[in-house]
Amino acid sequence: MMNNLNIRKNNEYESQVRQFLKDLPITLPCIRSVVFIDANHIQVEVIPSDILQFYNTVKPRFLFILLTMVALDRRREYANWQVRTIWCISETPIFLEVVTNIDQSNTVPELPSITPLFPAANWYEREMYDFFGIVPVGHPDPRRLAMHYHWPNTNFPLRQDENRSTFPPYISNDEYFQNRTTGSGVMEIPVGPIHAGIIEPAHFRFSAVGETIVNLEATFFYTHKGIEKQLEGLSIEQARYIIERTCAACTVANTLAYCQALEQIAGTSLSSRATFLRVIFAELERLYNHIGDTGNLCAGVGFHVGIQEGAALKEILLDLQERLTGSRYLFGVLRLGGVGVDLSPSDLSLLHKTLAEVRKRYQRLIKTMLLNTSVVDRFTGAGIIFQRTARELGAVGVAARACGVDRDVRRDIPYAAYTQFNPIAIPLRISGDVLARLEIRIEEVAESFRLIDAAIQHLPDGAIQVPLGSLPAASSGFSLTESARGAVCHWFLIGPNQTIKRARLRTASYVNWPLVPRAALNNIVPDFPLINKSFELCYSCLDR
Amino acid sequence: MKRSWLGFRPFTSSYPQKKETPAAAVRGRPALNLELCTGDAMCAQNCPTQAIKSSPWRVDLGKCLFCGACAEACPEQAIQMSSEFELAARYRLNLVVDGTGKPVDPLLSPELPTPKRSRNLLPMLPETELEVLTATLKSQITATFHRSLHIRHLDAGSCNGCDWELTTLLNPIHDVQRLGIDFVASPRHADLLLVTGIMTRNLTLAAIRTYQAMSEPRLVVAVGACGCSGGIFGASYAGGGGIDTVLPVDVYIPGCPPRPQALIYGLLMAMGRLNPSHEFENKHKD
Repeated sequence: MMNNLNIRKNNEYESQVRQFLKDLPITLPCIRSVVFIDANHIQVEVIPSDILQFYNTVKPRFLFILLTMVALDRRREYANWQVRTIWCISETPIFLEVVTNIDQSNTVPELPSITPLFPAANWYEREMYDFFGIVPVGHPDPRRLAMHYHWPNTNFPLRQDENRSTFPPYISNDEYFQNRTTGSGVMEIPVGPIHAGIIEPAHFRFSAVGETIVNLEATFFYTHKGIEKQLEGLSIEQARYIIERTCAACTVANTLAYCQALEQIAGTSLSSRATFLRVIFAELERLYNHIGDTGNLCAGVGFHVGIQEGAALKEILLDLQERLTGSRYLFGVLRLGGVGVDLSPSDLSLLHKTLAEVRKRYQRLIKTMLLNTSVVDRFTGAGIIFQRTARELGAVGVAARACGVDRDVRRDIPYAAYTQFNPIAIPLRISGDVLARLEIRIEEVAESFRLIDAAIQHLPDGAIQVPLGSLPAASSGFSLTESARGAVCHWFLIGPNQTIKRARLRTASYVNWPLVPRAALNNIVPDFPLINKSFELCYSCLDR
Repeated sequence: MKRSWLGFRPFTSSYPQKKETPAAAVRGRPALNLELCTGDAMCAQNCPTQAIKSSPWRVDLGKCLFCGACAEACPEQAIQMSSEFELAARYRLNLVVDGTGKPVDPLLSPELPTPKRSRNLLPMLPETELEVLTATLKSQITATFHRSLHIRHLDAGSCNGCDWELTTLLNPIHDVQRLGIDFVASPRHADLLLVTGIMTRNLTLAAIRTYQAMSEPRLVVAVGACGCSGGIFGASYAGGGGIDTVLPVDVYIPGCPPRPQALIYGLLMAMGRLNPSHEFENKHKD
């Protein structure tokens, strides 16, 4: 995963970070063991009671970016619970994996909460309680997250002794919607979970004074399907079908993270044709998402020409994808060890021709939109996210780049054939409003066109798929990819006979959703659909 | 749809008046060539949703993901992914088809899926008698929807794919409004509830309330493999198993996700605008 590091953006911290990691065991006696998994991945074990001391010591040194947090029920094998927290340090491609083992003898497994130190850990820790019953002690908001008010309080579905198909009884628990804003003139507007358009379900509870939003409580996980439980024990081939369908709009990014994680564990090296095709598919996915989003943004301000043109362009791309791969949403294009669909010369020329036309029409659409003052006025200054908020919540993707957080996995930790197309232009804005997010999308679309054209031009010959090789039991790995919405980080633990033992799927929407209520603050209620659309996050890959 | 719009302004598709032949890569109903089949059941073993059963060979289109794994796995290449996508059916049983696409005789396959309201946990659903009464009336009532149908979409735990496909119905190319079909914001204004997803536990209550908010006569259409059977996600602690575990379904539209044309076909079936041989019939020519 981490080859070709020489071409990423220069990071002056890298040598400091390496020195810091080398000195870790000396500076911190609370560390029980240190394992260098490879040159860029270090695993440290900290006992649960020392966890806050550990983070308090290391936090001021560097910027810690939370990638994912995985809880494991290891009572059968090792008589303990394990929590693994994976960090990226100071935007270098160096990963720190903090492992905590909680002894089984505790009747209620507990772990000090790190959310007060790192707000980004909020949902991970609440989910840890939801699925495993591991209590984050000191968490500022310990309500259940995925389990709504009708779930029994004793049901922790991802524990090993919970049956996958046992359907827990309905109960009534009225304390669920507790965070209320009160005061004179405060009006509550409940919206959802069934919304007025063709969109996914979530419950938004606005507290407004006049038209201004003073608080927004959002409840998600309505489409929680229990994917992580279902993946347990599945063969790696079967698991691919489920991971593809975690989210239709980011299927390439999700499946690519899955394939890369397993290929990294097995030590597979891909044919260069496969890596180029992966770039083409990943960029096609980004294209149709961004172009569709541009049209959807027009829907937020009632600019109908833009809505229809955006929808038409998206349809052209979906239709193109169906002609090339057989699936309008690119299901099944990626395989472990390569890709499942080859592009013939006639396919490539169709791709090139269609994209040239789409590019021309997209530029015309952008011009029409940005020359229309009533559109631009609504976009400007709406839904501002400050860089500090974005950094604290660990924002990724378009939302992060729109407020000056310069992160893109394609450049920082290159995968597939992205190293071949350097330098990849990563747009950046600092204003953090709806207009900034639109501008980022516009520039990313231009870059995707360039990347696909370059990939078509230099597409090497060769096989499209190689055998994956065997995966040793109990090995684990993770991989990062950049979806249209931001960085995806999936973590997998392999079981016996080439099966998945545990999967933790963390998508871009999972990280970015907490930003939306922040962006809505002090805006007027009618602007919320616009602000929401400018993030364009999925509910399905958040809820899993 | 003609392809000559490439480079020009797109024009609206004339499906279903004009039949459409999909591109060669499109994966429709898996078709079996019985002469080549050796009965090694490789297709059944490799099917991610166990939609295929061998001896006699049959496929449950309500579970099928149209992924092509069966065709890839067959050493004799007896299975081909046909381009057939007009697969919607009024009864769940009719989605279980043999190698040629004919529904399997229910008496021959005892394990056929039957719609069961397995999660009738909330005492809010209509009584069975009322449902029977509604069903008898429905055939006459669908005549009411011949020229105008208002749809309320409900996501009950989909992967977003079916929902994106539903939004494409409103784009300038598919434009279902030309068929008198439109999407409305409130269930109170809707004739038809178009449900995608596996019916998760967290959404069950909202789904039932949406259904109850609709006025009679009302139709329910289950969209996609998830809506028909739970699809790849099946049933788990978080719910699932398809829409008919909670709501009475009138038409099932298989696909993962169904193509926009397949959706239009299913909606026309729900409206009663297809004749007995399942051809589009424009009864009200202006």
